Amino acid sequence: MNSTSTQFVPSRRMGIYEMVGVSGNFKENDYLDSSPSMIFEDTSDGTVGPSNKYDHVARKPADKVLRRLAQNREAARKSRLRKKAYVQKLESSKLRLIELTQELQRARRQGLYKGGELDYGLQGYSGITSPGIATFETGYGQWVEEQNRQVVELRKALQSSNGVTELQFFVNSGMRHYLDLFNMKAAAAKADVFYLMSGMWKTSAERYFSWIGGFRPSELLKVLIPHLEPLSDEQRWEVNNLRQSCQQAEDALSQGMDKLHQIIAETVCDGLLDEGNYLPQLAAAMEKLEPLVRFVNQADHLRRETLQLISRILDIHQAARGLLALGEYFQRLRALSSLWASRPREPA
Amino acid sequence: MDKVQKISSENGVVIFSKSTCCLSYAVHILFQELGVIPYVHEIDRDPEGKEIEKALSRMGFNGPVPAVFISGTLIGSTNEVMSLHLSGSLIPLLQPYRPLN
Repeated sequence: MNSTSTQFVPSRRMGIYEMVGVSGNFKENDYLDSSPSMIFEDTSDGTVGPSNKYDHVARKPADKVLRRLAQNREAARKSRLRKKAYVQKLESSKLRLIELTQELQRARRQGLYKGGELDYGLQGYSGITSPGIATFETGYGQWVEEQNRQVVELRKALQSSNGVTELQFFVNSGMRHYLDLFNMKAAAAKADVFYLMSGMWKTSAERYFSWIGGFRPSELLKVLIPHLEPLSDEQRWEVNNLRQSCQQAEDALSQGMDKLHQIIAETVCDGLLDEGNYLPQLAAAMEKLEPLVRFVNQADHLRRETLQLISRILDIHQAARGLLALGEYFQRLRALSSLWASRPREPA
Repeated sequence: MDKVQKISSENGVVIFSKSTCCLSYAVHILFQELGVIPYVHEIDRDPEGKEIEKALSRMGFNGPVPAVFISGTLIGSTNEVMSLHLSGSLIPLLQPYRPLN
């Protein structure tokens, strides 16, 4: 028995006496948890038995008994209503859950759901995204899905012995796929260069490695080179030269960016604390922001050139392995982001 | 244009730039990194700057800056300089002008 005191409610409609705890909470178990002495069947003449606990009932005044019975009926009725309300609430929560799951799947397909958590950063960033950016987000989501497919195909092709033609095909598609990405990014840069540079469209771990709106090509080369072995001496020399030149070009661009950074800060801060409004400074700063698009395009140009140059240095097997390694690297970073997002947190 | 011709033929490594152009600055930094001290002509500080700008546009420079000339030859803008460097073809062009090498 899990309630401190119970009352029996003869219920002619239900034919079973309900157990109602004094606290009034409906407990499913109460229905089932009944020892034989607690369940009664209604007899046609309305009397109750067995009589072991209720001998005293006959001795009480009739009206008190009737009043108690009425109270019991009322309590049972309320309990049934509470149960009904609770079940309805559960049902609607279930529907809401289904609804949310579907929304999530839709958002995931559209590339808005990254790394295991909704990317609220986008809304926080601008509130309203331009159509160019919306297009880019959708396109990029599809790009990632396609890249995952290509990784699978490339892996199969490398494991099979179907020959060079098949490998060449997948290497060509892989290269074209990256070029597609650069084209998409160029359009996005025109729509909103801040958005592209922020890396909001990527997962958090990828963002960590971000340099002017994407990966640093010399870093990618460093990651890839050990996986391209065996390389001939000449190849190794060429690849190292490429990596060094790339690094020098990146450093030059970085310093250019630093200078731009400084100029924009100075423009915005011109006349701080002065009287009057700051609109002229902001107008001037807007102009100064225009070169950002050129910088992002320049960085992507560097990525594209590096990719094309390395593919010319490598033979087909090495190129295929390189593309596969690159694809897997990005997949791992995305998986890392998901893992990171779902890590157990310290309570606040 | 005469002035562009003059400047580019009188100096080994020339960058036509603007004082506020950060991409031109990036190219300048790259050349310095490679051991070259380029001649930088800031067209916004030149009274004939507008003329130079028109001339560079006619030559195909969209920026119009940076506009790079080496040994009097039109090289291009940032794209071309970067491409040349990645493919290893920039240093040979700069070789005559690298005092430390």
